[in-house]
Amino acid sequence: MPRKKKGASASPLESSKPVLQSIQSSAQEIKTKIMARKKPTMKFPVRSLANVKYHPQRGFFEMAGQKKERTLTVNTVKTFAQTLRMIALSKELLENDDIATKREAYYVSKNWEDARFSEQPESDTVMDDVEAYFSVNREQLGFIPEEKGGDVAGRLIVLDHDRDTGRTLRIDCTKFGSGAYSIPISVEHLQFETSADFILVIETAGMFQRLVKHNYWKKANCILISMGGVPTRACRRFIRRLADFKKIPVYVFVDGDPYGITNIYRTLKVGSGNAAHLNEYFCVPQSRFLGITPQDIVDYKLPTHPLKDVDVKRARDAIKNDPFIRHYKDWISAIEHLLKMGVRAEQQALAKHGLNYVIDRYLPEKLRHPERFLP
Amino acid sequence: MPVQLSLVETAAIKVAAGPSQQVAAEPTTLQEEAAGRNREARRQTAESMAARQRDISVSEFFTKNRHLLGFDNPQKALLTAVKEAVDNSLDACEEAGILPVLKVDIQQLAEDRFRIAVEDNGPGIVKAQIPKIFGKLLYGSKFHTLKQARGQQGIGISAAGMYGLLTTGKSIAVTSRTGAGRPAHYYEIQIDTRKNLPQIITDTVVEWEPPHGTRVEIELVGTYKRGRHSVDDYVRQTAIANPHSEIFYSFPGGEGTQHFPRGSESLPPEPREIKPHPHGVELGALIKMMKETSARQLSVALQRTFSRVSQRVAQEICEAAHLKPNSNPHLIAVHEAELLYKAINSVRIMSPPTNCLSPIGEEQILSGLRKEIPASFYTAITRAPAVYRGNPFQVEIGMAYGGDLRAEELVDLLRFANRVPLQYQQSGCAITKAVLSIDWRSYGLSQSKGALPAAPLVLFVHIASVWVPFTSESKEAIAAYPEITKELRLALQDCGRKLAGHIRAHRREVDEEKKRSYIEKYIPHIGIALREILGFSEKVESDLVATLKNTLERSRARDLAGNEGE
Repeated sequence: MPRKKKGASASPLESSKPVLQSIQSSAQEIKTKIMARKKPTMKFPVRSLANVKYHPQRGFFEMAGQKKERTLTVNTVKTFAQTLRMIALSKELLENDDIATKREAYYVSKNWEDARFSEQPESDTVMDDVEAYFSVNREQLGFIPEEKGGDVAGRLIVLDHDRDTGRTLRIDCTKFGSGAYSIPISVEHLQFETSADFILVIETAGMFQRLVKHNYWKKANCILISMGGVPTRACRRFIRRLADFKKIPVYVFVDGDPYGITNIYRTLKVGSGNAAHLNEYFCVPQSRFLGITPQDIVDYKLPTHPLKDVDVKRARDAIKNDPFIRHYKDWISAIEHLLKMGVRAEQQALAKHGLNYVIDRYLPEKLRHPERFLP
Repeated sequence: MPVQLSLVETAAIKVAAGPSQQVAAEPTTLQEEAAGRNREARRQTAESMAARQRDISVSEFFTKNRHLLGFDNPQKALLTAVKEAVDNSLDACEEAGILPVLKVDIQQLAEDRFRIAVEDNGPGIVKAQIPKIFGKLLYGSKFHTLKQARGQQGIGISAAGMYGLLTTGKSIAVTSRTGAGRPAHYYEIQIDTRKNLPQIITDTVVEWEPPHGTRVEIELVGTYKRGRHSVDDYVRQTAIANPHSEIFYSFPGGEGTQHFPRGSESLPPEPREIKPHPHGVELGALIKMMKETSARQLSVALQRTFSRVSQRVAQEICEAAHLKPNSNPHLIAVHEAELLYKAINSVRIMSPPTNCLSPIGEEQILSGLRKEIPASFYTAITRAPAVYRGNPFQVEIGMAYGGDLRAEELVDLLRFANRVPLQYQQSGCAITKAVLSIDWRSYGLSQSKGALPAAPLVLFVHIASVWVPFTSESKEAIAAYPEITKELRLALQDCGRKLAGHIRAHRREVDEEKKRSYIEKYIPHIGIALREILGFSEKVESDLVATLKNTLERSRARDLAGNEGE
């Protein structure tokens, strides 16, 4: 258990009070039920792709409203106890204005004797449950992710605060040389200044490095952001706020495979099935898919690898079950095209035509026709 | 007819027919190897070859081919000798309506030399018959009848005696008394392998305590081992399959006598004898039957020789064969017999009567398993009789599961034919094949591909038949006739379902136990968490925990009652 700060400094932030209140009232409700010799219940939204809807006007995955009720029975008593202990931990964090990473929360549970978690994925699931139960994001509960937010370089100035002096910090993303600005875990307080024409969001660190090294942002007047795989919530939120704020388009450049399309791009654009209660804030509906498209594989004669069984399964599953993919005929036919060819191509495959082919030919050619980007 | 019948029959015909060209021809081929070398060196004339061609006695044949009878190695020889004696004793007791009490005694005389003694409380043997039964191969009461019995050909015990004689030079010793007040006869007999005739070495009247019964003693070269394929295993399995018998068993290195008590006081119903069914007969046998019949007319001969052949059916067969019903069956020509054979198989004939079978019965199987195997669940099934190739047969399955049996080992498969344990050639047996053909995982057991399931399970499989189709003379494996396989599978599946029910119920119990412990384990944490959030007193916390435990226990009890009501 996190050590309680002794003394006056430990007091909740004003912003935590509504969450603390709902923690109190739901605990009270459970206690009342127990004392009335009734079995207490907790209601959670169902967190899966099967319980989300996609509205193109709103632009993100929304909960379809299915809820599961967890009644306290012999079968659920373990999870029930763990959930309550996780809520108690959150309450303590908020009251003391403290934070715990997901990993730390898992270690705290080691004090819970029989109710402890044996692996972190178990505690993460319970944490996601608590998050959904109170319909807040985990940062509001005092839990923070370990994950890195993403890297930024190019025509952008980020306005942050110095914690000690309270002065505004102007962070110029053109001035990191061959390095980059790192997106923090919390981005709500950031402000932006930019004259960029678009944001280019890139899947792999390798491709990002190449574009940064050759100052591609100068040539194309853009902001480069590296996601490093499936974008974290902070990364999605950062891009969303930046794009909304300056009304600039977002182009996404990922590997030409089912994972790049249905996991990375889809999660960036409309959010995830697992945390649909938060997607409204953690998605970038204005994203457009620059490449690598299945058609690129043909047009640019890219070297390929055969689709693995897991790729094929992922692609078929997306066509069948993903509400976003199913909404767009273009996506269905693109994925079917990929399945028909039976191959995938990585971003770096463009190096076949020369290391800087991506800068000299591919990106300029693609950017000439943004209207052809996939939705 | 099964393979070994025709084999034995050839031998039997030879004995009966005496020296004749036709029969003498075969031994030549048997000796071909030896002759082959000579032929290389110097060509033979038909005359010189004829000089060496002579009759071969059945006994001589089996001396050279003792593996056919189960005497292929010393360990198996010891087992086979005990087994033949025990089979005979049990058959004799049951036929006489006596609850068997057997004494099986194995003494080790030297490293590889043993003296076995099997004593029963059976009806005894008439003095004049003793030498023939123990000193002559292919002498017996069972070969000529279609009746369920352990022994079939009349080879076993005399072959065991012959093996003893061959390896140690000692005679087979037999003591028998047919009733109180009558003398007990003691014989020492050797078999003349040339003539297939008994040689009486000793013939006296002795003092013998039991009022009636028979004691057989054989000295032989063998190996005594414990474990699989052992005599110990054989005796134990015999005790399981024959719960109406009581066995006292003493073995080398054993302390005193092992007692297998009786599990049931009722004798199995006496099997009835039936005539062969026409659909099971082979051409050669058909010719022989027609030559030997007492009937003067073909249609009558068919009715008298076979079961389920009425006058109408006999007429139908004759018509189909284009033979006159009133023709003389003794004069049947080979091509006519062939027509008759084909006709028989084209006519629809009622299945053979099945009251000739004497299954062990579900009750008795259960009592046999219960007394010998410490398990927690027992089940058994006796299928209705079925027919293969005109021979009625019946499949029975018993299962003993759990308890002290070891969970991680492969299932202990016990195979029986007419109550006799089958210990060798497991993989070649129809029973094993049927067990392997079933997906035991659907019955809650774990099973690797192509292997027996791994479970704390003893699987008892019995086939009763008037003629069990063994794959060889030594009676170790049953041939996989489709009808037999089908019955085996149905019986296994039936028992499998019962077992699965038990396993599921048992798992539920374990689950319940686990869930009960969940209440104890996790409810205190609900108290701790709520107290941390709401900050109430320790007393409130303990009240809350007690109340919640109580609520859950009550609802669980209700759920359980609900399940049982279903």
